[in-house]
Amino acid sequence: MSISFPNLGLLRPRAAQDRDLERREKSGRARQGSAAAEAYYSASQWQLMLKKLSRHRLAQISLVLLAALYIAAVFANFIAPYSLGSYDAEYVNAPPTRIHFFHGGEFIGPFVYGLAFERDPTTLRPIFVENLDQIHRLQFFTTGEEWSFLGIFSSNLHLFSAEGGGRVFLFGTDSLGRDLFSRILLGAQVSLSIPLIGVAISFVLGIVIGSVAGYFGGTIDFVIQRVIEIIRSFPTLPLWMALAAVIPSSIPVVQMFLYITIIMAFIEWTSLARVVRSKFISLKQEDYVMAARISGVGPMKIIRVHLVPGFMSYLVVAMTLAVPAMILGETSLSFLGLGIQAPATSWGVLLQEAQNVTNVAVYPWKLIPLGFVIVTVLAFNFLGDGLRDAADPYK
Amino acid sequence: MLKYIFRRILVMIPVVLAITVIVFWIIQLPPGDYADTHVRQLQAEGESLSLADQERLRERYGLDQPWYQQYLTWMWGILTQGDLGYSFAYNRPVTAVIDQYMATTLIVAGASMLFTYLVAIPIGVYSAVKQYSLGDYVFTTIGFLGMATPNFLLAIILMYLSYVWFGDPMVGLQSPEHAGGEWSLARVLDLLKHLVIPVVVIGTASTCELIRVMRGQMLEEMAKPDVVTARAKGVKESRILRKYPFRAAVNPVVSTLGWSLTGIFTGSTITAIVLNLPTQGPVMLDALLAQDMYLAGAWLGFMAILTVIGTLISDILLAWLDPRIRDERIARS
Repeated sequence: MSISFPNLGLLRPRAAQDRDLERREKSGRARQGSAAAEAYYSASQWQLMLKKLSRHRLAQISLVLLAALYIAAVFANFIAPYSLGSYDAEYVNAPPTRIHFFHGGEFIGPFVYGLAFERDPTTLRPIFVENLDQIHRLQFFTTGEEWSFLGIFSSNLHLFSAEGGGRVFLFGTDSLGRDLFSRILLGAQVSLSIPLIGVAISFVLGIVIGSVAGYFGGTIDFVIQRVIEIIRSFPTLPLWMALAAVIPSSIPVVQMFLYITIIMAFIEWTSLARVVRSKFISLKQEDYVMAARISGVGPMKIIRVHLVPGFMSYLVVAMTLAVPAMILGETSLSFLGLGIQAPATSWGVLLQEAQNVTNVAVYPWKLIPLGFVIVTVLAFNFLGDGLRDAADPYK
Repeated sequence: MLKYIFRRILVMIPVVLAITVIVFWIIQLPPGDYADTHVRQLQAEGESLSLADQERLRERYGLDQPWYQQYLTWMWGILTQGDLGYSFAYNRPVTAVIDQYMATTLIVAGASMLFTYLVAIPIGVYSAVKQYSLGDYVFTTIGFLGMATPNFLLAIILMYLSYVWFGDPMVGLQSPEHAGGEWSLARVLDLLKHLVIPVVVIGTASTCELIRVMRGQMLEEMAKPDVVTARAKGVKESRILRKYPFRAAVNPVVSTLGWSLTGIFTGSTITAIVLNLPTQGPVMLDALLAQDMYLAGAWLGFMAILTVIGTLISDILLAWLDPRIRDERIARS
């Protein structure tokens, strides 16, 4: 009969542990359990985190959702039926096109009806109705407008389109007759990459500055602390607005994208630097670091092998939780017309059309980009929560 | 304690000065100045300003000097006469412009804060007492949604709903027929009606966070031995709740009062722009875009200083409420 205390296992001397394992292996009955226990003892920190994360259902769903969104953003040019510059003056403010499968009770596969133009009898507003005589079947893997991926390669293959000049507006069109579905996908490229690049910048800044402050201490630490304090005393949004107002609107898209990202990262790095600094200081006094120092391990190796892995998981959590703030920041700035500018687009730019209430009331599909913002922010929040629980060794 | 507060205020002064320098520098960063904006505006109206006139304009407002000299002049005016400078766009002193919008800004911020505490604390307590009940799940879900939805977009949704249900999107703080009129009961009611959306929108972000903090604190406190002891002695449940866990749980909430005030103040900027509220948000955005630098600088600096003061208030409250922190800090200082 063997009794195992998985949580106390680490406290027992290794020899006793090995004996214990051997005995259990001999008993045969607990062979499977011992294998699991062995995997548990020998698991690295990241494996343990992954294991705990897999128990967090909400975080898993979020991870899948985010993966889907990012994949869609990467292949946006291929999935989107229309390009960024294409517009259709005839189909202004068209409602989402419905995909049908049956025509007159007969199955003919996915198709859309043609759109006819009518006037609302009471308000005299132009409205679109389906023309039941025109049938446009959906074709898959068709050729259409040419697109290029980061200038590396170009193609004109698109996932789907309607045959015979039919129009498919899955999410409707905006006031210039541009397909909202395509623009959401293409806008996702900007909206989803700005927070990642911004977090990467603040990550590097935070680690370097935070570890300098934490390792050297003294005057350098004092100066860095005060600088962080000053930056953090600024109200985030007004400061972002002031900085974004500095960007001239006539500069190239890529450059503007870069500027906005740097603005986002400008404040975020301070919180990461604080996490790194405090972790550095607390870990420096741990017994195992002292043991390493006594054994004659060099300071660089101590930092690399013993200190950095100690707070890496916390940093990953802090980064994940920093992403939503950046998404919301970019959306707000673009929404106000201070961020991304045409011809580029982002979710915030798309929401500019929703600024006018009557516009939203008459064309409610213009709120669809908002759904994407909320889902993304929630997913990052839940993922961050899950990671935080997973990184906490006491839970 | 007094010594601690005094020391904190001393440390604040260089921070505030550094902030004003940075604020002024950022506002000066964009190429061009207000004279350019003014010329553009005149051109849009079909008029033009000769180069000599432009130069005269620059000279009059001191725009031809380097930015640090402008800053020093500005700062000197503030320190000696309390003069915040001159707003070019409004053609009035900055103090007058700020005065005009301060009342509405304070009304909206104050009402939002009241809303936050009146809603969040009872819900937080309820969620903790009835943990894992239907109500708890509903409030937790709403809390998460509220945190994920950007404020200004929530404003759009509420305006949309108000438009669909009442036929009025409730833009601004007053209906046209009441704007600028005499203060009467009807006008106050109209103001209250228009306050609902801004207050809900601005208050929601902090409300959701506060609910989570309150719930967590209550859960932690309710498991403590003093509560068990009181219960074993037969004290009534409602009395236990009020006397022990609530008092302890409300501490961190009260101590973050300073931060939430500034949060509500600055967080309302974009919401105010979307809802077209006559508060500081839209004024500041216009000032930033038009390079009306003294107005923009005064607002931005004001907000930053408010943040610093908010932090100070929070720290003082924390030290006052929690003897452990107080002793530690006094020992350090």
